[in-house]
Amino acid sequence: MQAIDFTIVLQAWPYLCSGLAFSLALTATAFTAGILLGTGLALAQHLEIPVLGHAARIYIATMRSIPLILVLFWFFFLAPVILGSLSPDGRPVSIGPTSTAFITFCLFEAAYYSEIIRVGLRALSRGQVEASQSLGLTTPQTYRYVVLPQVARTVAPIVLSQTIILFQDTSLVYVLSLTDLVGATSKLVQLNGRFVELYVTVALVYLTICSLASHCVAILKRRTAGHAAQR
Amino acid sequence: MFDVLFDQASDGQRYLDWLMSGLGWTLALAFFGWWIAFAVGILVGVGRTVEIRSVALLARLYVEIFRNIPVLVQMFLWYFVLPEILPAAAGHWLKQLPPPWGSFLPALACLSFYTASRVAEQVRAGIEALPKGQAEATRALGLSSVQAYRLVILPQALRLIVPSLTSEVMAIYKNTSVALTIGLLELTAQARQVSEETFQTFAAFGAATLAYLTLALVAYGLMTLVDRRFHIPGPAQRSRPRYGRLRTAKEA
Repeated sequence: MQAIDFTIVLQAWPYLCSGLAFSLALTATAFTAGILLGTGLALAQHLEIPVLGHAARIYIATMRSIPLILVLFWFFFLAPVILGSLSPDGRPVSIGPTSTAFITFCLFEAAYYSEIIRVGLRALSRGQVEASQSLGLTTPQTYRYVVLPQVARTVAPIVLSQTIILFQDTSLVYVLSLTDLVGATSKLVQLNGRFVELYVTVALVYLTICSLASHCVAILKRRTAGHAAQR
Repeated sequence: MFDVLFDQASDGQRYLDWLMSGLGWTLALAFFGWWIAFAVGILVGVGRTVEIRSVALLARLYVEIFRNIPVLVQMFLWYFVLPEILPAAAGHWLKQLPPPWGSFLPALACLSFYTASRVAEQVRAGIEALPKGQAEATRALGLSSVQAYRLVILPQALRLIVPSLTSEVMAIYKNTSVALTIGLLELTAQARQVSEETFQTFAAFGAATLAYLTLALVAYGLMTLVDRRFHIPGPAQRSRPRYGRLRTAKEA
């Protein structure tokens, strides 16, 4: 075996950064879409909308019961078929692994975010909704101006912790041979065989980012807890 | 739809047998991984709450490291990197292990120690949720600190955290699928193989999905039984086991 030599990491650094950029882009997209869709799913259940509420429940339970890798495989195979059936000629549309990853993560994370938001909705005192109604607000207005802003504040730390897990989970796009941080590393390893240096480096990069992020979340959590105590 | 699973595969077995063998490895990994994670998690969780500075610091370091590196990367560290940094003989032995064991053991170590870091946080939360009087009373009774943890603190703390441990049980059986990246033919890997050989992707992935859903229900049911059996009786409001990872996310 070659002697361990971390200078190889310096050469690899720009390529690793491009991989990291992809991981971050995927995280940001899945976060945004996941929150929007997740709020919809949570509201469908919370407001007990007929059919939709039940459908949301089944969707969430299923997504949360199967491994993310299997979901990635499912969408890699299913998305072209579904898109094909929507297009006029009905032939499968190839969308490639990158789009698969983005679609899967948005849909998968929505299930996890919606559970967090649903608990936040349940925790909000009923008086808030009753007061809005007595002020003459419509249901959409109630949720838009009164309920959701408060829920957002209480669930923010949990949502952010989930986002750190999401960032770690994006490494699984490796199974679709995409070039995220782990994918970039494994491609370099195939070229130069320096897996000890490269895998240790990638572990340290994740460790640094996720530790810093969880400390920020812990600080935020303490602050929101402090505010709640003052009220 | 599942007819194809009863067809004969290239190696003389039925495709169903491939999936069953995959399910076997998934279950073995989840089962043994869970018990190791539970044991290590209790030790580390207790370590985080003791008054000896160095022990608490080590326990905290353990949790920081194992929780903040993705499972996939940890898998690679155990599989690729560990044999290189071990003494040559041990590394060689690891690399020479016959096929399923060569990836099963690193996968088991990876999932156990990763899950242990999450269990440790739950155990710590459970211990910190107990009233201070419990620890003080053990001291007043003259119990040693080992006795205090073993006889008074842990029995109560563990019963408090059964609902959040449910999430960890669900998480470890889902994380077993990451082992396919180091070549373990567990359920997801076998489903992909069946789909590649037969082009019956719906049947292959559908069967695997049903198996995972059943596992989720069984795990959830078992943990509900455990919760009912060991729940601390009394008027205190009991929390029912929650589905999924929510509790764990809160602690992160």
